[in-house]
Amino acid sequence: MTDDFNTYSEPMLEMFMFETNQSMEQLEEILLNIEGNSTITDDDINEVFRIMHTIKGSSSMMMFNNISKITHSLEDLFYFIREKKIYDLDLTRLSDLVFSTIDFISFEISKIEKGNEPDGDESQLTSNIKDYLDSIKNDHPDQEIILSEDEGNHENFISKENVSPNSNEFIAKIFFQEDCKMENMRAFTLLRDLEEIISEVSHTPKDLFDDEEAADKIIEDGFNMVFRSEEDYDKLLDLLKDGMFVESVELEEVEDKKAKSEEIKKKKVDLEEQKKKTINETLKNPFSLNKNKNIISVNVEKMDMLMDLVGEIVITESMVTKNPEIQNLELENFDKASRQLRKLNNELQDIVMSIRMIQIGPTFHKMHRIVRDMNKQLDKNTRLEISGEETEVDKNIIDTLGEPLMHLIRNSLDHGIESTEERIAKGKDEKGLVSLDAVNTGGDVIITIKDDGKGLNREKLLEKASKNNLLTKSPEDMSDKEVFSLILLPGFSTKDDVTEYSGRGVGMDVVKKSIEKVGGNIQIESEKDVGTTINIKIPLTLAIIDGMKISVGDSIFTVPTNTIKESFKAKKEDLIKDTSGKEMILIREDVYPVVRLHEIFNLKSEKTSLLEGILVMVETEESNYCLFADEILGEQQVVVKPIPGYLMQYTVKDSGVAGCAILGNADISLILDISGISNKYI
Amino acid sequence: MTQNNEEKVEIQEEDTQKGRYLTFKLGDEVFGLEIKYVTEIVGIQPITNIPEVPNYVKGIINLRGKIIPVIDVRVKFKKEPIEYDERTCIIVIDIDDMSVGLIVDNVSEVVTIKEDDVVPPPSYKTGFQNRYIKGVGKSKDGVKLLLDCNKLLTNEEKQNINEIELRGRQI
Repeated sequence: MTDDFNTYSEPMLEMFMFETNQSMEQLEEILLNIEGNSTITDDDINEVFRIMHTIKGSSSMMMFNNISKITHSLEDLFYFIREKKIYDLDLTRLSDLVFSTIDFISFEISKIEKGNEPDGDESQLTSNIKDYLDSIKNDHPDQEIILSEDEGNHENFISKENVSPNSNEFIAKIFFQEDCKMENMRAFTLLRDLEEIISEVSHTPKDLFDDEEAADKIIEDGFNMVFRSEEDYDKLLDLLKDGMFVESVELEEVEDKKAKSEEIKKKKVDLEEQKKKTINETLKNPFSLNKNKNIISVNVEKMDMLMDLVGEIVITESMVTKNPEIQNLELENFDKASRQLRKLNNELQDIVMSIRMIQIGPTFHKMHRIVRDMNKQLDKNTRLEISGEETEVDKNIIDTLGEPLMHLIRNSLDHGIESTEERIAKGKDEKGLVSLDAVNTGGDVIITIKDDGKGLNREKLLEKASKNNLLTKSPEDMSDKEVFSLILLPGFSTKDDVTEYSGRGVGMDVVKKSIEKVGGNIQIESEKDVGTTINIKIPLTLAIIDGMKISVGDSIFTVPTNTIKESFKAKKEDLIKDTSGKEMILIREDVYPVVRLHEIFNLKSEKTSLLEGILVMVETEESNYCLFADEILGEQQVVVKPIPGYLMQYTVKDSGVAGCAILGNADISLILDISGISNKYI
Repeated sequence: MTQNNEEKVEIQEEDTQKGRYLTFKLGDEVFGLEIKYVTEIVGIQPITNIPEVPNYVKGIINLRGKIIPVIDVRVKFKKEPIEYDERTCIIVIDIDDMSVGLIVDNVSEVVTIKEDDVVPPPSYKTGFQNRYIKGVGKSKDGVKLLLDCNKLLTNEEKQNINEIELRGRQI
């Protein structure tokens, strides 16, 4: 059954995972708020209850029983809290329970994403929740509250008992929004929502799950239900209208001998009229995203394909307009047309890029959870400060950033921030501070992770590095920056004892690798007892850059235009050599090192004298230097293609090549890694 | 239903590919590659050199917008390198979604070798190329050394890649 389910109801499954993941994020945020304020409000309780309720419904419908069981028990807990208005809760224990539930569910969802069965065992967690519920029940014994039983079957789950003589009979017809999908599940959720206040329910379509046409029937004829309730007409109408994705409701009160005769009311309510309400709802409820008809969600793969296509168009454009066959011809109209084409292409490219840009905020906010867990685990007191969350970065880059950031934050808390006693002894604020910031600097985004902990210890790092044979220079010759960069080497870990979170020695080098994978780099600054600052510089977008083509022998290299300061012919009197024979050039009273491209890449070139070729001054964040090449060929937009995976096993990445680009004549040009060259050869 | 059909098609496809080898020459020796790995054969292309790679990795080529690394199989098998000419070919193989081009002297033909006609390679552990040979195929016009595509990116190399990927996942 479940197999069929996975194969045939992909969209449903996708929707389920999407919604559940979003709910989990929302829940986490609420929880962090509760912890931050150390109070729980009615809204919070209602929200948690609502989320649990929704997931319970959808997961039991998708037959993920463990998820539905655990949400059910948490729902019971919050139901009790809500009904009894209990505010003197043990918030730590409560949030621990909810957090472990979030973890459990997220883990199960990740299993589903991989196509596996969510087979985690929830019983331990469920019984913990039950224990807690029992303990508050004992504290608040005055009034017994009947908790909903876990019904095994999905039909007729609403108890037919408790028919109160005061109840009236109602007939309701509900239509859901056109594109809400899974109408049968929406109906089911609605029933669940009302389960507490209605009884003797019967509905058409009768069978919401096993009847494959149920959803279609609901779209066609609406979801029809007949039920009894003690609530009055208006309240019921409100409740039904508030149901998720409900487009319109027709509610009719049936005259009943049990009830005193009352006027039959019939109203058709259109939610369009209540825009204000909808807006509120949208803010509260992430599922109502679809309500905003101006936003569509698109599969990332399609976006990637579009991006690739635009890349191909950019290449093809230069293949056409810079075609050697027309190079020396005077073609006025052609030139005009190709300028137009170029302009349109640029616009197209900008739009496609902008679609892919998303804010970094959510990625940052996920770190709150890490800080919270680490504080608990390590018994530290640290707060996380976030700024620049509106900075936009390419979707692909955001995806790669999460893990490294998490690791760096963990490192900061584990290795950086001192214990409270230590901080007091040092005269620091007893609360540690880790801040995350993102700034857009034009071509790049700089992400800063800063802590006010104990800082990196130069001596300790050196000692460790020499123990692991990682030193390539004598310690005295190394600048602080070089020493700090040691922690980025594979197989380096300074923490003596390995903790659950960091210090396994596979840390920072992998962080460095993943940052480099998206074309970024890492800088570390640190001061003893003041703290450590880690700067991650990443390109705004991966795909297309402006490049300057320079030739060396037969090869053509591309230098990202934004790194070029100037280019010039060298004058003999400006050239200097230092004692070790390294070449330098004097420009406006500053001395810059010279890197000969033909030497570092082992190429044959006829121009070996610095006076013959051309010098291109490039800048990195630390320093400027000059590249020596044969000549400059011109500027061109290039599509950055990664170095093929097969070659990654060699040290290509560290050799000063950032990627490849295909030129207008279909030749491949290597894109130079300006800071990589500086690190390696200067 | 549809799934079944698809499966059938797949099985058929595999059947038509089974036992079929693309043969190519390095000097006088004839080698065979399982056809299912081969995506296409192209003439020699302009190759862009890449720094810091072993000598048998010649560089990268641009195959209709796709960038593919190329290996000189002669150099890889420690044979004398020869000048590339118009007979030189690049066989593009696709293993685990990774495309690699193999530079060979020339491509001969596609032959079918029955499983019964394939014998395991002699077990000299020292031979360089034996490491890459899965079996020796007999056909009417002589023996063919059947290459193990997976091992061609040698064990250690493949492992390296796997390790890198694994480590990437672990962070």
